[in-house]
Amino acid sequence: MGMNSVTNIGRNGIQDWIIQRATAYILALYTLFLLGFFVTTDVDYQAWSALFGQGWFKIFSLLALLSIAGHAWVGLWTVSTDYIKPAMPRFLLQAACVLVMFVYVVWGIQILWGL
Amino acid sequence: MLVSLYRYNPEADNAPYMQDVEVEIPEGKDLMVLDVLNLVKEKDPSMSYRRSCREGVCGSDGMNMNGKNGLACITPVSDVVKNNKLVLRPLPGLPVIRDLVVDMGLFYKQYEKVMPYLVNDKPAPAIERLQSPEEREKLDGLYECILCACCSTACPSFWWNPDKFIGPSGLLQAYRFLADSRDTAQAERLENLDDPFSVFRCRGIMNCVSVCPKGLNPTKAIGHIRNLLLQRAT
Ligand code: SF4
Ligand code: SF4
Ligand code: FES
Repeated sequence: MGMNSVTNIGRNGIQDWIIQRATAYILALYTLFLLGFFVTTDVDYQAWSALFGQGWFKIFSLLALLSIAGHAWVGLWTVSTDYIKPAMPRFLLQAACVLVMFVYVVWGIQILWGL
Repeated sequence: MLVSLYRYNPEADNAPYMQDVEVEIPEGKDLMVLDVLNLVKEKDPSMSYRRSCREGVCGSDGMNMNGKNGLACITPVSDVVKNNKLVLRPLPGLPVIRDLVVDMGLFYKQYEKVMPYLVNDKPAPAIERLQSPEEREKLDGLYECILCACCSTACPSFWWNPDKFIGPSGLLQAYRFLADSRDTAQAERLENLDDPFSVFRCRGIMNCVSVCPKGLNPTKAIGHIRNLLLQRAT
């Protein structure tokens, strides 16, 4: 029943739903943390690079980046299936979104670990 | 009072149009919208709409009155009329057969998908399958649905995916049987709902709750279904 979700990240409705909620919480945490950082610290180059020099923050940032990718994937998949009924343009848009997300994640890893 | 009516007769008209009719409302009376339609029909017998019980029980006269879905027979004109004008349109999102009569096929198809009947493979007891008062209470707010389609045709998610999203009415009925202590097909029912469309296209907009003429709450039932799916998945 329903449409196959081969182009989606979750295998069924509940997985999508859980991914959407969990990534939203992670992104909210990350945003709150950064806000707190900006409010409590006099941010200059030193402070900023010290923060990104710490291993745990790199991992936290990567987690946030993966969350953006997962969140956007589920969200854009949903929007594209709502509004684009012909299969070919819909697939192309979904593929483009996934490609962009993939590039962002790899690029983000490069930046975070200075590769 | 000015009544603006959606008219469409596919055999004669190229496109639907709005027809304005002046209707005399008897002094000092608050008619129901259905009474107004009956007055219109006295003047113009070609005006088509469904109705049967005229007391909010059969669910056949769901329509869009000044922008809001409801049952014409139990909606007082004073509740919906604006600037002495009453605008009547068919339920949105379903194909129009003629005037205010829509094709409910897609709506019923979604209803059919949720297996709206009790499934129990155990041998039937001599008299009846008993429920405790508490078990019976769980069905309150669910069994009263009259399938008028006011909710599903007010739901944007149903407009976009009427073939894949069950819609508020069907999901309310899905939960009515998921919550029934006598039903033994819970696993199969949940299995059938666990795709990205059937349940999860509900965005919690709650149009369904605001229009249901029986005061039911499909959004709440959908939340219960989601929790059952969550329990099953984790
Ligand atoms: S709450 Fe869900 S089912 Fe009800 S109108 Fe909104 S999207 Fe549709
Ligand atoms: S839930 Fe309410 S609005 Fe929806 S079909 Fe049932 S009675 Fe009508
Ligand atoms: S005529 Fe039966 S519900 Fe209105």
